[in-house]
Amino acid sequence: MTAFLEIKDLTVTFRVGSAIAARLKGDPVPDLVAVDDITFTVDRGESLGIVGESGCGKSTLARAITGLVPVTSGSISLDGGPLGKRRSKATRRRVQMVFQDPSSSLNPSMTVERTLAELLRVHKIVPRDRIDARCAELMDLVELPKSLLKARPRSLSGGQRQRVGIARALALEPDVLIADEAVAALDVSVQAPVLNLLNQLREELGLTVMFISHDLAVVRYVSDRVIVMYLGNAVEDRSTVDLFESPRHPYTRALMAAAPKFGVKKAPGESAIKGEPPSALDLPSGCRFRPRCPLAEEICEQVEPDLSGASETERTACHFPWEG
Amino acid sequence: MTDPTALPLDLSAADSQGPLDDRKFWQRLPVKVWVGLAIVLIYVLIAVFAPLLAPHDPLAIDPANKLASPTGDHLLGTDELGRDVLSRLLYAARVDLPIGFLGALMPMVLGTILGALAGFYGRWTDTLVMRTADVVQAFPAYILVIVLVFALGQGAKSILVAFTVLAWVVYARIIRGEVLRIRDLDYVHAARVAGLGRLRILRAHVLPNAINQTLIYLPSDIVFATLALAAFSFLGLGIPPPTPEWGAMIAEGQPFIRTNWWLATIPGLIIVVFGLGVSLIGEGFEERLHG
Repeated sequence: MTAFLEIKDLTVTFRVGSAIAARLKGDPVPDLVAVDDITFTVDRGESLGIVGESGCGKSTLARAITGLVPVTSGSISLDGGPLGKRRSKATRRRVQMVFQDPSSSLNPSMTVERTLAELLRVHKIVPRDRIDARCAELMDLVELPKSLLKARPRSLSGGQRQRVGIARALALEPDVLIADEAVAALDVSVQAPVLNLLNQLREELGLTVMFISHDLAVVRYVSDRVIVMYLGNAVEDRSTVDLFESPRHPYTRALMAAAPKFGVKKAPGESAIKGEPPSALDLPSGCRFRPRCPLAEEICEQVEPDLSGASETERTACHFPWEG
Repeated sequence: MTDPTALPLDLSAADSQGPLDDRKFWQRLPVKVWVGLAIVLIYVLIAVFAPLLAPHDPLAIDPANKLASPTGDHLLGTDELGRDVLSRLLYAARVDLPIGFLGALMPMVLGTILGALAGFYGRWTDTLVMRTADVVQAFPAYILVIVLVFALGQGAKSILVAFTVLAWVVYARIIRGEVLRIRDLDYVHAARVAGLGRLRILRAHVLPNAINQTLIYLPSDIVFATLALAAFSFLGLGIPPPTPEWGAMIAEGQPFIRTNWWLATIPGLIIVVFGLGVSLIGEGFEERLHG
């Protein structure tokens, strides 16, 4: 298989504070590096999970791919064509997104039907006289009753809204669906059906899915492959089965140890991972995980480890990867 | 203990129910909105049908019968020129109401457009609009209106222009703030990801959700415009005589407050009740939107 979605050396920085104030004081203009030189590919039909702590840049990565956030350097390409700063309507249509917060991701003044119909009309997905029928089909697809087409978001439950959000993304018949914490705001009891729906749609429609979450269990459930991000960069990129059976990067191991488990009591103060991640404004030298890493040695301070391994989808960025 | 994860519950069914609240918007409006609407409707009907309702010509002078007390022929008496007060009050609605409504609607339209552009496009558009707003606000409001009315010449048109120049600022600020908030909400992001055009996003996704705040403010501005017109007419800067106008009638009746108290009092009450009706609508909408 050839690479379908290709992210190459992607960097996204944000200007923080006042550039003028910094220049006047003679300080360097502060830049926050949200995504730092990340490279990976996603195959057609693959489901890629991206995990990491809050603030690790996973949402920024998603927004850069959808074009919501300008790319500082590097490139994104889809099916050989570039996804640049200026995108045509037809290009935008190919990458769609499901948002985290179902309470703010739907226009409160539009009924579900208007939300869907607008997209179908603007993109001329179906002929005008088929729009109503297509809206009904989309509701079927996300397993919602057609009576909800006339409802506004305020009268829908969280799970229903998220399904409408999925229907909206699917209305444009995209190639790539990015789900940014798509179930994080839902009750646990509603998460599972929504995840099942996403899995099922992916199989039925042959979607390429990027699933972004801080929840390891969720990512494990929906992804074929997982990228673990830490402070804007990928530290491990492996198939889901391998990663969860034998995590290699100390950060991945720490994340898994930190995940709460049923019936397992932890002593107070016993934490798998030391401290808070350092500021993205002031990255440590060498390996960015070094200050918190239990295995850190001198080389970690001097040389930043490459994300490398046996194959493109079998990579770890660590000088001392754990071999299970 | 049994395994809590093994509950035989089908949770997926929860999503397949109908909407939670299916009532129409107008069914959820509080009673005070209906009371307010009824009051305003009566005023509007009076304005429309003034020629049919008025017993006399509001401009017909009858010096022999000036400052008459209420009688069967002149239900509210006559003024110092012998004109029928009731007829003048009814006809005045045709002046005060349009200026009250337009004096708020015109600034609203202008302010909404400018505020939306400022908030949505940012950069120099924002700077230009908001600095202009600062300049307008730096002037004392009434003085600015007086100056403009003097410059443009007395009359309804000048008053409307003056109100618009002055009052758009508040609408622009409200809308700009709302647009700034809404432009970073996920449904606007979703619209951008979907490849919708900027103007379409502004028109269909941002503005309809930003406008609520101004709709709450609009009624109080209608009250303000009506009162301001009355105040200017009272000062002799409003609608030139002999056109009947409530504020001017208060001014004309004022010298006779000891003998013919109703001359000044009744037009005053009429303005108060109109303001009350409009305020009730505004308050009710606010409760509905925030409650």
